[in-house]
Amino acid sequence: MSLVKIQTANPTGKKYWRSLNDAADTPEFRDFVHREFPTHATEMLDGNSRRTVLKLMAASLGLAGLTACRRPVEHILPAQSGVEADLYAPGEPFFYTTVHSMGGHVTGLTVETHDGRPTKIEGNPDHPHSLGSATALEQATVLQMYDPDRSQKVLNGGKEAKFADFEGALKGISLGDGSGLRFLSETVTSPTLNDLRSQALKKFPKAKWAEYDPASRDLELAGTSLAFGQQLYVHPHFDQASVILALDNDFLGLDSPSPFMTKLYSKGRRVESEEDLDKMNRLYAVESQFSITGANADHRLRMTGAEVKQFAIDLAAALGAMPALNVVNNAANDKRAKFLAVLVKDLKSAGAKALVSAGPRQSASVQALAALINQSLGSTCVSYSKPVIDKSSIGVDALKALVGEMSAGQVSTLVILGGNPVYTAPADLQFGVALSKVQNSIHLGLEADETAAASKWHIPEAHYLEAWGDQATSDGTPSIQQPVIQPLFGGKTAQEVVALLLGSPASAHDITRNYYNALVAGNKEQAWRKALNDGVVAGVKTAEAVKASADAKKIAAALQAEPKPAAGIEVGFYPSSAVWDGRFANNGWMQETPDPMTKLTWGNAAMISPATAKKNRINDGDVISISKGGVKMQAAVMIQPGHADEAISIALGYGRQKVGRIGKDIGFNANLIRTADGFWFSSGFAIADTGERHLHATTQEHGAINQVIASAERQNDRPIVREATVEEYKKEPKIIEEMAEVPELQGIYPQIVYDKGYQWGMAIDLTSCTGCNACIVACTSENNIPVVGKDQVLRGREMHWLRMDRYYTGDENDPQVVEQPLPCMQCENAPCENVCPVQATAHSPEGLNDMAYNRCVGTRYCANNCPFKVRHFNFLNYHKSGKETTTIPGISTRLAEEELVGLVYNPDVTVRMRGVMEKCTYCVQRIEQARIHAKVDGRREIKEGEVKTACQQTCPADAISFGNINDPNSKVSKMKKQERNYALLAELDIRPRTTYLAKLRNPNPELTA
Amino acid sequence: MAVIFPKSSDIILKVLGAVIGLGAVATVAAYTYYTWPTVIDTGYQPVQPIPYSHKLHAGEMGIDCYYCHTTVYKANFAAVPSQAACMKCHEQVKKDSPRLEPLRKAAYEGKPIPWVQVHRLPDYVYFSHQAHVSAGVSCVSCHGRVDQMIEVRQEKPLNMAWCLECHRNPAPNIRPAELVTKLDWVPDRDPAVIGAEIIKQKHIEPPTNCSGCHR
Repeated sequence: MSLVKIQTANPTGKKYWRSLNDAADTPEFRDFVHREFPTHATEMLDGNSRRTVLKLMAASLGLAGLTACRRPVEHILPAQSGVEADLYAPGEPFFYTTVHSMGGHVTGLTVETHDGRPTKIEGNPDHPHSLGSATALEQATVLQMYDPDRSQKVLNGGKEAKFADFEGALKGISLGDGSGLRFLSETVTSPTLNDLRSQALKKFPKAKWAEYDPASRDLELAGTSLAFGQQLYVHPHFDQASVILALDNDFLGLDSPSPFMTKLYSKGRRVESEEDLDKMNRLYAVESQFSITGANADHRLRMTGAEVKQFAIDLAAALGAMPALNVVNNAANDKRAKFLAVLVKDLKSAGAKALVSAGPRQSASVQALAALINQSLGSTCVSYSKPVIDKSSIGVDALKALVGEMSAGQVSTLVILGGNPVYTAPADLQFGVALSKVQNSIHLGLEADETAAASKWHIPEAHYLEAWGDQATSDGTPSIQQPVIQPLFGGKTAQEVVALLLGSPASAHDITRNYYNALVAGNKEQAWRKALNDGVVAGVKTAEAVKASADAKKIAAALQAEPKPAAGIEVGFYPSSAVWDGRFANNGWMQETPDPMTKLTWGNAAMISPATAKKNRINDGDVISISKGGVKMQAAVMIQPGHADEAISIALGYGRQKVGRIGKDIGFNANLIRTADGFWFSSGFAIADTGERHLHATTQEHGAINQVIASAERQNDRPIVREATVEEYKKEPKIIEEMAEVPELQGIYPQIVYDKGYQWGMAIDLTSCTGCNACIVACTSENNIPVVGKDQVLRGREMHWLRMDRYYTGDENDPQVVEQPLPCMQCENAPCENVCPVQATAHSPEGLNDMAYNRCVGTRYCANNCPFKVRHFNFLNYHKSGKETTTIPGISTRLAEEELVGLVYNPDVTVRMRGVMEKCTYCVQRIEQARIHAKVDGRREIKEGEVKTACQQTCPADAISFGNINDPNSKVSKMKKQERNYALLAELDIRPRTTYLAKLRNPNPELTA
Repeated sequence: MAVIFPKSSDIILKVLGAVIGLGAVATVAAYTYYTWPTVIDTGYQPVQPIPYSHKLHAGEMGIDCYYCHTTVYKANFAAVPSQAACMKCHEQVKKDSPRLEPLRKAAYEGKPIPWVQVHRLPDYVYFSHQAHVSAGVSCVSCHGRVDQMIEVRQEKPLNMAWCLECHRNPAPNIRPAELVTKLDWVPDRDPAVIGAEIIKQKHIEPPTNCSGCHR
């Protein structure tokens, strides 16, 4: 047999790299790629040497022999009450609709429950802003609910108290006309809370209510207020646009914590037929931090946050929407000038189908400029609607006014409804100091956090999965927040607390029910049940589209009044993909999910460009101090290819102090240098190396398969990710296939033909995939994947069955990015199966690479032989941790903490213990369940679409198709028939069942030339 | 030099060696035998909190299995009835029997009766009652003649080899679905022939690959 010849150069001439080490081909990286497991990954860590362990094992084996003869007695406890006997069947899942709100974005969800405990969150297909998908963060909220570190007790001055004590204390407070009463809440999206607010402000006419969120849609409203003279929500219709400009808008990622924008955008990126190639939209992005929107853009121009404004001004001027302002000589920056000229041309030719969208981190004037540009282009891809919920006192300005009153001693009673302002408020406002001047401070929160510690009273908040409520989308579609479990720790909702203050205490259920009973006509009971079933309240008037005209002169005047940014390094903030504003800091699933771009787990970093790092002589991992005026912080540097020069970006939400055991002291607290004036970015910072070093737990080099080290001198590129432009592909569809040379293959075993019954297969479309991570969390939740912790991630022991590989290509200062989700490929000739000495992994007749965990003895031969590195070894007993018990009220048993967290497990999948190899099985539990249902129904076939893998189901871009490849009419078969379909490492004759559809980009020929 | 040990002591050594050797073999053999599923699991008959007789209820009075185990045809798990189901009859029948005191207490307090599980599969086995019942596998195939047991005991080993025996050749254990709970059903023909006909008609294909039962 001749050795397989491996393609040495990609025909497109592109070289892909996963990290700067990889690009530079350092000896360290070579060594890393060469090993199956990183150095020392296979060593014991807990102080016991191998020898001691063997001794202990010998002893326990002897003892086991004596005790194993006795069978443990297990009890069956029949279900009692609280369940409808004719509906309930033990072990069968039930699905309930509910709704989640974060940062002003509302998504309808479906919660899967097993025997009364929620186990998985999915999107609600009937909800207009979910359409069946849920983001990574939304899915992780189910783990947040079971967090034993959540606030469990009412606290009075830090001491445990009862809720009745609080009620008593409340009676003792004389509120009068409310002149000393202030409310501070997170962004209100709940119509009932809005209603209660107006009641409260009516009863206490001198009281005030401020809304503050560390990341919300305040500037969007401020922008429309400036442009149109009234607050309006912006509804960009990405699905209708053909040319899109994202002005520092990561709408595919963190700037829209809802799957909705990705759902819309991906409609314009779907290629299922020839015609779709001509219909593909084109995305331009200008931004500072390298976001996944930038990664998906056809053209990206990096610039600091402040420069985005000037770019928008120049664009508006070039389009004739507004007279030119602060004109700078563009000749010095060829790239920008060319980009702008081409963009103007492209937007103009798109006309009504052009869309300019400003990100929520850009100032009101930029938001207004975007509206003005859309208006001058005659764009029909954007609409506006009035908020259905009062938004008169929102954002940093509202918080600033409140802090002013608090410091002046004008506030005697402050009710903080959710959120953690002591941690999240801008540093210069000194919210904590102001709070200490408030006589009666009441904090309702999910955690006993920084704000709880600084408040007089702390009330545990009910998690949204535990309590009744409602939320309305920005266009006014309301949904009922339906609880799926009794409050584990007896929490209250914001509605209940406000009702109590109003002197008319009511349960959250009654508040919600009564509110909607008054709204709907006809049979109330029927309407209520329908609303709960559908996840959307029908028949409630939603916001109408508003026709408004932007005032160019007003915008120009506002722009001229704004101060120029100071010289010096710009620092930008953005919500973290893992912990958002810090509220997910104690969520292990999220901490361990690598950031889509940086691949950083368990922490954040000061992201800077390679050029800026070089200029300041900073290396990756150096701890620097960042300071300006009175604010200062320290953070470790991570060099981010493609980042804007002379700028730093830091994710918010890290470095929390009063937090559970998982999130404590993880990362660096960027709020220390966040100020009210520089809320999202500000310049004039100085940086200095502290000489300290920090180790980033980044997974960017883990599982690298893009390179094969042929000899000590030669390293070859493998065409793992393949991409082409639409033009190239249209001209020569074979271009994708020809990127790898597959020699004539001969196996030494006879080839098994899989052509009967169902043959499961998957196709992942890299054109649609944005790299948003929703699939990874879906997989973690569905398959009980353990969290291993930072130390273990550093050793390459993370357990994600589905990982998101991020490849850079091109210049390290301005690269392009391709994201590639990588589950098990389910090879027909699986190399892992041949080497298993105990047949723990074997092929099913339906083409699945089965894994029997109880049979695995942990030799790890399979992982060594897996060319994709998708098998993960369970090195330690990750599922077990802690011995402390916790009490759930109403249940007399005290549960150990691991049992409480264990309630989140999917009972349809084995919880693996240590010493076992794990891998993706295409959610075989769902396949088998669908098969059983089909048989019980007397059907012969599982219908197309009946089985959806967890990753496929939640994908907001619908990039994953899965089904029976034996059926030529199935979606997956059709996708696989496209010419851009390719198998990874086909030259190894492994015949993977998961194949990829090459990434097609739609660049403007004028810019690529 | 005088002989310290007489020649006959060699025999003692040999005998001792043989005893130790045989003892080791016997220990291993006994351990293997007594931990074999057919030995260790079959015949398991724990004492239940209430001396409920299946022989009386299911056998002599002929209450159908479905009456109490309501979910066997629609769910993977076979539900055990709550005391409310028992009290449907026992509010009238034998309402003063001292043997039913624990039942009345449980019904009054609303606390479940801790029945002891008899048929137990490991957690990594995903067995589905609905799949088997709808295919026409009778209760009797796995649980034995429960209608003749006063206290339920495990009759079959329920180990993997035993499961696979039927998954490889299901015909003898397949019957018309409506006769699944007729534990005393005697077919008029060879059951394997009847089973084979139903298998063909219903396209029954019991899985023998790992993920059929292990996930």
